[in-house]
Amino acid sequence: MVKAETSRCRFAPGHKVRVASRPAVGHCRTPWYLRGKAGVVAEIHGTFRNPEQLAYHKPGLPGQVLYKVRFAQAEIWARYEGHAGDHLEADIYEHWLEPLK
Amino acid sequence: MHDHDPHDHDHDHDDDDHGHTHAPPQKDHDAGPIGAYEVLEEAVRSLLIEKGVLTAPEIANQVDLMDSRSPALGAKVVARAWTDPAFKKRLLADTRAALAELGIDIGTLAEFHTVENTAKAHNVIVCTLCSCYPKMLLGVPPAWYKSLAYRSRTVADPRGVLAEFGVELPEGVEVRVHDSTADLRYIVLPMRPKGTLGWSEKQLAAIVTRDSMIGTAIPAAPAKPTARKRKKAA
Repeated sequence: MVKAETSRCRFAPGHKVRVASRPAVGHCRTPWYLRGKAGVVAEIHGTFRNPEQLAYHKPGLPGQVLYKVRFAQAEIWARYEGHAGDHLEADIYEHWLEPLK
Repeated sequence: MHDHDPHDHDHDHDDDDHGHTHAPPQKDHDAGPIGAYEVLEEAVRSLLIEKGVLTAPEIANQVDLMDSRSPALGAKVVARAWTDPAFKKRLLADTRAALAELGIDIGTLAEFHTVENTAKAHNVIVCTLCSCYPKMLLGVPPAWYKSLAYRSRTVADPRGVLAEFGVELPEGVEVRVHDSTADLRYIVLPMRPKGTLGWSEKQLAAIVTRDSMIGTAIPAAPAKPTARKRKKAA
């Protein structure tokens, strides 16, 4: 892990984002249940080698900025029955995030 | 079920009506036909050794290292955080550095983050994609952590799962689920239970359970025997 230079990060904490809604072939660390879901960047974790390439013996470079993204449970599950404040956090690589206005 | 040696008793086995049945002998873990993944593991392991990438002792050392990790290590960290507010602050800000202070090396495979339970929020950890777990701090994960049921239900119905573990959250506490999807491993810093004022770090560590660091339990102080009422001075 390398500390991400803020200037190289596409998103900052507080930015609204949407997880890309696209299929992936092979190893991928973006769970299906979060694809197309809207969340808020909670933290920047740093730059990591891309696992989608690492899985196939490629260097995974350039590294991808990894974000902690916070999702309201009600956004993920239409019939969520817990409290309104309940949320889920997942770590999502930059190339899977799209800006949301 | 009995767990005694079947031959360490003297009653007559020829009598079919002796009132109880014996447990079958434990099945050997390699008794069945070898599976595809076992074949794969064996093939890759022997190739790595043959090609000089790894040695058998290196593999054995890594297994030993994993075996040396247990929830006691995590409990020590939690107890320190409960008794030393400055350490807790450092643990939450930079888990790797704070663990190094205690002589705990978490290796280079993953980063660690500590998430704190408070009076307003309860954290629970899951890995929906596989079984990512803070092994370097808690050791080998329990089988249920890797189960399809835990992994799929914890993200969709965390309160239902917690209730099944016996976790009852006070009104108004929000639930935060952490899906370990990438290069970070999470550990929950539970709240210090009431009734532990003045306890030593060692006493505190003894009540920190593995599940409380996953988020599926809440540590509790054992109920104290009722304090004897002091005799009122005459």
